[in-house]
Amino acid sequence: MKTCLIVDDSRVIRKVSRHLLEAMGFAVSEAADGKEALEACDAAMPDVILLDWNMPVMSGIDFLGQLRARPDGDATKVVFCTTENDVAHIKAAIEAGANEYVMKPFDQETLQIKLQLVGVA
Amino acid sequence: MQVTPAAVRILAELLEEFTGQELTQTRQWRVGTALSSVMREHDCADLNALAARIAGNYRSPLARQVVEALLNNETYFFRDLAVFQDLQDTVLPALAQARAEKRRLSIWCAGCSTGQEALSLAMMLAENTAIWNDWQVEILATDVSESAIRSARKGCYNQFQIQRGLDIARMLRWFTETEDGWVASEKLRNRITYVTHNILETPPTTRRFDLVLCRNVLLYFDTATRKKAYARLDSALAEDGYLLLGGGEAVRGHTGLFMPEKGRPSFQRPAAASARSGADAMAAVR
Repeated sequence: MKTCLIVDDSRVIRKVSRHLLEAMGFAVSEAADGKEALEACDAAMPDVILLDWNMPVMSGIDFLGQLRARPDGDATKVVFCTTENDVAHIKAAIEAGANEYVMKPFDQETLQIKLQLVGVA
Repeated sequence: MQVTPAAVRILAELLEEFTGQELTQTRQWRVGTALSSVMREHDCADLNALAARIAGNYRSPLARQVVEALLNNETYFFRDLAVFQDLQDTVLPALAQARAEKRRLSIWCAGCSTGQEALSLAMMLAENTAIWNDWQVEILATDVSESAIRSARKGCYNQFQIQRGLDIARMLRWFTETEDGWVASEKLRNRITYVTHNILETPPTTRRFDLVLCRNVLLYFDTATRKKAYARLDSALAEDGYLLLGGGEAVRGHTGLFMPEKGRPSFQRPAAASARSGADAMAAVR
């Protein structure tokens, strides 16, 4: 079973995303900010991370930089999932090492196809 | 309020007359939702009132508006990734080899809806410069829906449409963000000609196409109409061309004009003359 870490400070978003991902067959874990997410990755690197941009403690983009700097941090796929929907943010995310980008709001099919595009669904 | 059988019959007749499509039981549940904005605009209290307004007057603008609203324009970029991968890895290279002398490739997207499929093809071809750089590549994209074709010509997609099926690198490369949405580049749009056309009518050009995509369209036709549609598609396809159907659509049991490609059930090849049944041959224009 593929594993997915949802990183989002909104409990509602985490709950909805968990529901969608579990329906797709993922084993899901959650983190409320970048720092928590790094700790989770150090414990067990997931196959894919669904990553919000704006979060307290550590933002999504800062988390991504630190993740990719880790020795095994390149293996996991990262899909940004955010309301920051302008080209500048999208380009910044790709440059920082994101594999895909989902603009909120989105539906299950869109998410599923994005996960197929990065090779985890 | 309950929709009367008479109202359903009127809507079904109207849809069939304009498009050849069936208003099957499975489609009837969404008719109310599909027509809600038309009913509001024309002050019709319910579907019965709307049906009464169009009864006997199927050529009216209101009737045309009802048909447009009933059509399912569901589509997205690179729909069925595996099929597009097959196109890129196998079918298009095979066609490139077969057409190497003339260096000309003709593609028909029959039932193109709002243009995402044609643009997906245009992107794939434009990215593969090693093969297609100096080729004359034409993509004809047709749909029975005038509003879908108008939308396709604009090549402008909202946030929901743009990220359905399209990877982020391609979105940044081929689309520009504007106030109205994400607009496809001129380079892509210039490769595609959009025309309103019903696939049950004579093909839009006498030229034979190397590749015809007709995905998730034929499933809306009854058996006899589907047979006629296959004959039209057959008459438009080169003898060594490919017909691409939607996932789950199959020619077996519906026509003897095509045979599924071995190992790739979505791709159909014209059947050998000896394999064509009498009825299919009579329906065929070829």
